[in-house]
Amino acid sequence: MSILVIVEHDNSSLKAETLKTVNAAQKIGSDITLLVAGFNCQNVVEAATKVNGVSKVLVADNAAYEHQLAENVSLLVTELASDYEHILATALTTGKNFMPRVAALLDVAQISDIIAVESSDTFVRPIYAGNAISTVQSLDSKKVITVRTTGFDAVATDGNAEVVTLNTVTDAGLSSHVSDELTVSERPDLGAASVIISGGRGMQNGDNFKLLDGIADKLGAAIGASRAAVDAGFVPNDMQVGQTGKIVAPDLYIAVGISGAIQHLAGMKDSKVIVAINKDPEAPIFQVADYGIVADLFDALPELESKL
Amino acid sequence: MKVLVPIKRVIDYNVKVRVKPDHSNVDLANTKMAINPFCEIAIEEAVRLKEAGTATEVIAISVGDKSCQEQLRTALALGADRAIQIETDESLDALNIAKLLQKVVEEEQPQLVILGKQSIDSDNNQTGQMLAALTGMPQGTFASVVKVEGDKVNVTREVDGGLQTVALNLPAIVTTDLRLNEPRYASLPNIMKAKRKPLVVKPAADFGIDLTARTKLLKVTPPAERKAGIVVESIDELVEKLKNEAKVIS
Repeated sequence: MSILVIVEHDNSSLKAETLKTVNAAQKIGSDITLLVAGFNCQNVVEAATKVNGVSKVLVADNAAYEHQLAENVSLLVTELASDYEHILATALTTGKNFMPRVAALLDVAQISDIIAVESSDTFVRPIYAGNAISTVQSLDSKKVITVRTTGFDAVATDGNAEVVTLNTVTDAGLSSHVSDELTVSERPDLGAASVIISGGRGMQNGDNFKLLDGIADKLGAAIGASRAAVDAGFVPNDMQVGQTGKIVAPDLYIAVGISGAIQHLAGMKDSKVIVAINKDPEAPIFQVADYGIVADLFDALPELESKL
Repeated sequence: MKVLVPIKRVIDYNVKVRVKPDHSNVDLANTKMAINPFCEIAIEEAVRLKEAGTATEVIAISVGDKSCQEQLRTALALGADRAIQIETDESLDALNIAKLLQKVVEEEQPQLVILGKQSIDSDNNQTGQMLAALTGMPQGTFASVVKVEGDKVNVTREVDGGLQTVALNLPAIVTTDLRLNEPRYASLPNIMKAKRKPLVVKPAADFGIDLTARTKLLKVTPPAERKAGIVVESIDELVEKLKNEAKVIS
């Protein structure tokens, strides 16, 4: 069974989540090819050749793919699709953008956000913000799948795959990139961090998020937020953890001033250990927390920082 | 220009869904239903485009049984000019929904189709992108800003690293993210007026599309429960537990 996995990257480095998507692919079959579509993405190609269990790395290096425009990438993947029974991408914003387009061009359904593989045509995926878990069988001959990485461990990077350069360029000419406004941070990505500390509406304003910095520094943590904090403009959108934001499952998740709406819980309740700091003892976050402390966060945070 | 807004009737976002005891599906009997929150944002955006003089007509559309007329009436109360129900009792895959919408796009020729990025029930995040593929239109997904400028629309998208702005040739597909706008509430006079706005019902079978299911739902189970945790009395106790019991910090 031939499987194509599309590599998630920013032209300079391969995103660690791809290693988890490859793990999902290995649960389906063993003949795995990676596709790197990008521009001046040599480092990514090099990293891709080292991914465990991969035989080939297809490389489409062209300005048309620099910004992962869905119109262009989906044409490329569709063109390659005839050689593969399964096509997988990571369920991050890039894969979520172009993969359904691929599926429709191939006239097949997409199975989104799988968290487990039952067999080559049957997959497990959460629905209703993770309040129900569905097992779905694909009836199409070709399977187009996005993988929720919290369900899979990363594979090793001890491989040695062959590089195949693609010469076709698929530029749909429908869209163009204007600008990026990316958050620059020294901290780990939310998707890759083993510790995350998140703030909610209880933080009261953006400035108070600085109270999380010292703790994050000591724990090597990423900083996240609830939707309420993002909607209120305290912090940028890329920090949002939840049903429709980032889905995370770190070893330790510290929720500060977050009440725990089901939409937020959907994004973090698979974390190994959850800590809740909230002054409202009735807050639903305490129902999923392993350790809760009922306290004013403005007292608790400085004390926690000093005692770590 | 015409704007088409496909919407979905879903469980109210405040309601926690229950799984049926036989694990065949979730139990939606007597559950409060509403417009999918992202679809509500899509309607609001279309209505604002009309209020700004950019759009001339806003058409709301939904695929489902008779009950989705309730959500279409809400869309009309929020400012849509007319509504279309594509009637079916089946729960269709996103691809088949997109194929039905494609036919309506061909007929209505909208310059912009605005959809929610995902529905909060199936959490698929597919229909907008699939419709874009089928109609050959560009797509601006997860939009937080939409600006129509001449024969293009600039869409600022919420992506993993922050924001990305793309320019799309019109006609185009836009899917909404949470920060695009804050939807208004329907006023009582507008709710009354909505009852007289046109709502056309078209049977799905009349579209001549093969709507055979592409996926089969084998079972639905409740998620694993987290075991109840404890409330600690002090930060000292918390740090001690994290170090020695949970062993997640050193």
